[in-house]
Amino acid sequence: MDISSIFLRLSEGMMRSVLIFTLTLVFSLPLGLVVSFGRMSKWAPFAGLENAECRLRSKGNKLAKLAEKLCLLFTRGLAKFKPVQLIVKIYISIMRGTPLMLQLMVVYFGPYYIFGMEISSDYRFYAVIIAFSINYAAYFAEIYRGGIESIPVGQYEAAEVLGYGKGQTFFKIILPQVIKRILPSVTNEVITLVKDTSLAFVISYAEMFTAAKQIAAKESSTLPFVGAAVFYYVFNLLVAVIMEKAEKSVSYYQ
Amino acid sequence: MDESTILEMKDIKKSFDNLDVLKGISLSVKRGEVIAVIGPSGSGKSTLLRCATLLEKIDSGSLLYMGYTAAYTGEDGEAVYASKQELKKIRGYFGLVFQNFNLFPHYTVMKNITDAPISVRKRGKKETYAKARELLCKMGLEDKENYYPYQLSGGQQQRVSIVRALAMEPQILFFDEPTSALDPELTGEVLKVIRKLAEEHMTMVIVTHEMEFARAVADRVIFMDGGVIVEQGEPEQVFGNPNEERTKQFLSRYSER
Ligand SMILES: Nc1ncnc2c1ncn2[C@@H]1O[C@H](COP(=O)(O)OP(=O)(O)OP(=O)(O)O)[C@@H](O)[C@H]1O
Ligand SMILES: [Mg+2]
Repeated sequence: MDISSIFLRLSEGMMRSVLIFTLTLVFSLPLGLVVSFGRMSKWAPFAGLENAECRLRSKGNKLAKLAEKLCLLFTRGLAKFKPVQLIVKIYISIMRGTPLMLQLMVVYFGPYYIFGMEISSDYRFYAVIIAFSINYAAYFAEIYRGGIESIPVGQYEAAEVLGYGKGQTFFKIILPQVIKRILPSVTNEVITLVKDTSLAFVISYAEMFTAAKQIAAKESSTLPFVGAAVFYYVFNLLVAVIMEKAEKSVSYYQ
Repeated sequence: MDESTILEMKDIKKSFDNLDVLKGISLSVKRGEVIAVIGPSGSGKSTLLRCATLLEKIDSGSLLYMGYTAAYTGEDGEAVYASKQELKKIRGYFGLVFQNFNLFPHYTVMKNITDAPISVRKRGKKETYAKARELLCKMGLEDKENYYPYQLSGGQQQRVSIVRALAMEPQILFFDEPTSALDPELTGEVLKVIRKLAEEHMTMVIVTHEMEFARAVADRVIFMDGGVIVEQGEPEQVFGNPNEERTKQFLSRYSER
């Protein structure tokens, strides 16, 4: 068995890895932007309570005073409550705080074990794409947020005075500058994603790494793993070249 | 209101949290007038400009451009702003030059100047470019149209930002300390172009710490302190013979430096 026949037998798995990679980026890059907006949401439906007064009729009573204090504490807290931001914060912390492998299993087995739903055989693939997309969206969201928050407020103000609308300001003035700033961090994530595609094996999705393992066991040879290593390395080399091109294309200004 | 009045501010009040920054400022600016606003740090000069340019919302008072109401005090005593469309129209009447330029770094000089007139005001490309070239020429920047802001000196960047504001063809132009982010040797070139605009009777309100410059170009000098206009008048009077004790103190502190 030589390396070229290995690559031939691994090719279907490779296609699947590339497919996971591509679809994950297609979904998670825009989704990340939406998530980052949620993370930056300042919507506080009870903000009006900030100056709410808590007065009980029976004054002087110690218990009444305690109740007033609690009431104040409660209304002040509620006034600061930002539901969208909170939900997104929790989502991001779970996505970043637990292994992607586990998330894959939850997305794949969850519907059956939790809701008793029948899972079709197609679902394996969808589960992979869903789990990867929502996981990477969380990482991208934090990168976007960092980028967006790093743009000086003066850029928004200059645009506002010149009459740009909110959408125009974001897409014409802010986003291009954000993209330039975040490209290096995005490159890191994309390179990690190439390697992470192999995690789909935990739900027996036959991507490249799964295929390599199977062939290796069947032929009792380590050559398929060498093939796998070469594949990931070359894939990442390609990613690095493309991202470098992208970074160059925005290096015309500082 | 007089036809030649471009800006009319009446009893503008503005506070941040519990700090009263503007305590009832009234100011009207006539076409062609050049006004210099001076005053100590924290007196509310920037806040006044930010309120006038709608970057900050006033708490109460009224704000009119060319007779169109941008904001007025409602029945409950709080400021009411005009509709979005109305405000968009009103934004076309004024321009603002920032202390730190705030040019768009990813646009060339030309694009910085022409993008808003074309994409916001829907002006023709040809006329906008021609106008931009003419203005660049006037500012001594004719060879810089394809440069990016980072390739220019601070003084050049500030002149570009003045051109950017002028290209919108505003009725009035506000400056917030246009030279204080510049090295001393570069302030001259910026003051020179502002002086040029003054000679052409561009209506301007200039917040500045450059007293000599204020004295030379302004038709009227306004001295602000503690959120109020303490004194205003012709430059010779305010600088040469101030009526108020606070003005005297401020000016003498300045000349000591
Ligand atoms: N966004 C804000 N939030 C809270 N306080 C503010 C804000 N902007 C300004 N202030 C306060 O308002 C006061 C007036 O500020 P302003 O910037 O208008 O002063 P200024 O006259 O422009 O001073 P300088 O000469 O230093 O530029 C200051 O005490 C400042 O701390
Ligand atoms: Mg200021």
